[in-house]
Formats: sequence, structure tokens, C-alpha cells
Amino acid sequence: MLKPRIIASLLIKDGGLVKTINFKEPRYLGDPMNAVRIFNEKEVDELSVFDISATVKGNGPNFKMIENFASECRMPLCYGGGIKSVAEAQQIFSLGVEKIAISSSAIYNPTLITELSNKVGAQSVVVVLDFKKNFLGGYNIYTHNGTKSVNKNPFEFIKGLQLLGAGEIVLNNIDRDGMMNGYDFSLVEKVRNVATLPMTVIGGAGNMADIGKLIKQFGIIGSAAASIFVYKGKLKGVLINYPSSEEKTMLLKEYLKF
Amino acid sequence: MIGIIDYGVGNINAFINILKQIGVPYKKVSNESELVNVQKLILPGVGHFDYAMKRFQDSGMIDKINKMVLQQNTPVLGVCVGMQMMANNSDEGILPGLGWINAEVKKFDSTQLIGNEPLPLPHMGWNDITLEKFSPILTGLENNSHFYFLHSFYFVCHEDSDRIASANYGSNFTCVANHKNVFGVQFHPEKSHNYGIKLLKNFSELC
Repeated sequence: MLKPRIIASLLIKDGGLVKTINFKEPRYLGDPMNAVRIFNEKEVDELSVFDISATVKGNGPNFKMIENFASECRMPLCYGGGIKSVAEAQQIFSLGVEKIAISSSAIYNPTLITELSNKVGAQSVVVVLDFKKNFLGGYNIYTHNGTKSVNKNPFEFIKGLQLLGAGEIVLNNIDRDGMMNGYDFSLVEKVRNVATLPMTVIGGAGNMADIGKLIKQFGIIGSAAASIFVYKGKLKGVLINYPSSEEKTMLLKEYLKF
Repeated sequence: MIGIIDYGVGNINAFINILKQIGVPYKKVSNESELVNVQKLILPGVGHFDYAMKRFQDSGMIDKINKMVLQQNTPVLGVCVGMQMMANNSDEGILPGLGWINAEVKKFDSTQLIGNEPLPLPHMGWNDITLEKFSPILTGLENNSHFYFLHSFYFVCHEDSDRIASANYGSNFTCVANHKNVFGVQFHPEKSHNYGIKLLKNFSELC
């Protein structure tokens, strides 16, 4: 049977591996390629790489860096950051990336989703949405690393995504980023009510039990995390890590309803 | 020498890295003249069926490769959409397939339910495979090896004897097919860690 995916998510800023808290205070962790090699050894289910400097600086994707990632990865790779056109996306696929993630360009130019989907197939088109709770208890989508609020009803927008040609949606809660205090289940619930496409959740995982709980509640879902796979211990020493296949099997056994 | 068919679709570098690692001679082939000294072929593929078929047709290699596969019995491994292209036709597009295996490609039925939820598409992630009959390409890959899948369409063999292994997503579907020298895998061996490496090694060792 299909297993829920446990995804390691790497943030890149100016070519270096970083980790943020609430999308701020990027802490430099080292050479991202070292992390990839360790994740290969650990047999990670999937790897997501988001270049957080690409859109903000307006430079667009760093193709050389992406090629290095794609060549090194022995697991599926999703790249996001600064993709604005079908041509850029196709160049990234030709470098050997399985999936591309778009966020601000999906929001401001939704026809790009359709154009991409027609060219590369929906299975490879991922839409990443960054959420923040507003003071009324609802949610807003943000772009540009959480600095620009989007004037759209998030759930109406999500409803239309599958029809536009998206193959996967990644939900990120900015308020939980780096906090390691658990995923935002109410956000996932709200999105599940309006969309059936494969979903990945990121933002808040503080330990493997948080991932287990997400799987328990939502079944086949992608659970992505960064902090727990790059830090060890209360003092957050940098140590690239990932559960062994035995640990993963135990986790699924404990939390997944068959 | 394994020739990895480079027609602008699919993850050539990922195959190269693995073949390099296991010490198998390989080369990228992107035009007819590069097909000399190639004894085996890998046909990668991602994306839309028609787009991939069109790119393959435009590559100028198709006649020579058809000849190698159908007349000279050159072993060929199709991966993901590369496998689907080996069928006669696909629900995803209107262009004919290569017809190397008597099969068609159909879309998963997204209206069927898993529990109370509709079947999410694409089928994405790690799934077990079940061996249905022996094939040298699966040597050492006992039941319940798992591989990475990423697709919304699946391969339906018209000849039972061509079905080698299946996976389950809503229902059982063929994920490894083999007809004579033609092999197809729906999953991504180049992205399936040691299971995928083993499968590619098996392919490289076929006589």
C-alpha cells in the first residue's frame, strides 16, 4: 500500500543551507550538498528544496545549484523558488528535478499552473501556500517570505487549484515555522474540506510524534519538516538526521489506521 | 554500453549518477549517430504523454530505435512516462504510442473511494510492489520492495504474460511489464534508493 511521505525540507539562502523561525532570522547551517549526501544515506522519502532568496531578490532560479541538487539526490526532489515561466520550469525539469513548486507566480498568474500542467503533467506541479492566522481567526495567504499579504480568499483559491492543473498542494503555516510546537491541524482540516489533491503539510513539527499525529488524523498525507531533520537537542545543535526505515515502520504502525 | 535516451524529457542525470556508482558503462544519446555501440537502452520520461511522444518524434532517433528494439532485440527499459510510451495509446493524449508492448494507458478513476475519501491523484509516494511472475529484472527484489511513484495514468497489459509485478492504488495495476526485450516500470528506479539501484543493476546485467 501507499505510505505517507515524510519529507525533509531544506531552505536555501544565497547558496547556503539555512533554517528560519517564523520565516525570519535565517540561521546558516552549512553546505546544502553535504545535507543531501547524508539524506541519501538515510534514505529520505523525498526532499524539498526552497530557495528563499530567489523571488525576493528577483534573481530567479539558480540553475547551476539546482543541477547539483538533482544530480546528487537519489530520492525525489521538489524545487521551489523564483520560477515565473514555463521556460524556466522546463529548464529545471531538464536538470533532473521531479517536481517544481510555485507560490507567488501561482497566486498572481494562475494560468501558469495550467500551462505547466499541460506541458509537464499535473503530477509535477506543486503549489506552495504560506499561511498566517489573522486576528479574526481566519487565514491569509502570504508571498515573498511572508511579507506580502494576498487579497484572496484562500479556500476559494484552493478549490480551483485542481481544475487549474495543480498536482499537489503544500500548506505552510508561517506562525509555526521553526517553532517545533506541532502542525496546525485546523488549517489542514479546512483545506481537506475543499480539495482532494495530494497534500503536504509543513511548519511546526517538533518531533516524530507530531508527524505521527498528522498521519493518524489525515492518513495518506505528506508530512514535511526542517527543524527536526537539521537540529538535535534542546540547544539546536546542527545535525542532519532522519528516522531509519525501522523507526518509520514503527511510527506508521503506531499511528496509521489500516 | 547503456544508452540513456536524451530527448529533453526525464531525469537523465539521475540515471547517470546511479550507473556511474555501480560501475556500468553508459552514454547519453541525443541523436542517431550516438546510438552506435549501444547494447541497451533506457527511455526515461516525465510529464504529459503527448508532449513526451512529440519530443521523442522530434529527436530524429525514433526510426533507428524502433529498429534496434523490434528487429535487433536490444533490451530497453522504459521508466514512468517512458513505460507508458511503449503502449499502443494513452488516455492522456491523442498521439499513438510506440506499440512495443500490447497495452494501453488509462487514467485512475478518481471517483472511487478509499475509505470515505476520494482517491487523490496523482498517485504519489512510496508503494510496495507484488511480484506476479519471475523476471530477471526483479532478481533479489523480493515481495514488498518499495519504490517511488508519481503518476495519474497506469499501464494495462493486453497480454497477461507481460505482467511482471503490480502495485495497489485504489485497485491493482501493473507496475512492471516485460515483453521479450522490452521492459517497463511505472515507478522511478532512479529515485528509489537501493531498491531502484538494484533494479537498474539487474537491467545492466541482462544478457
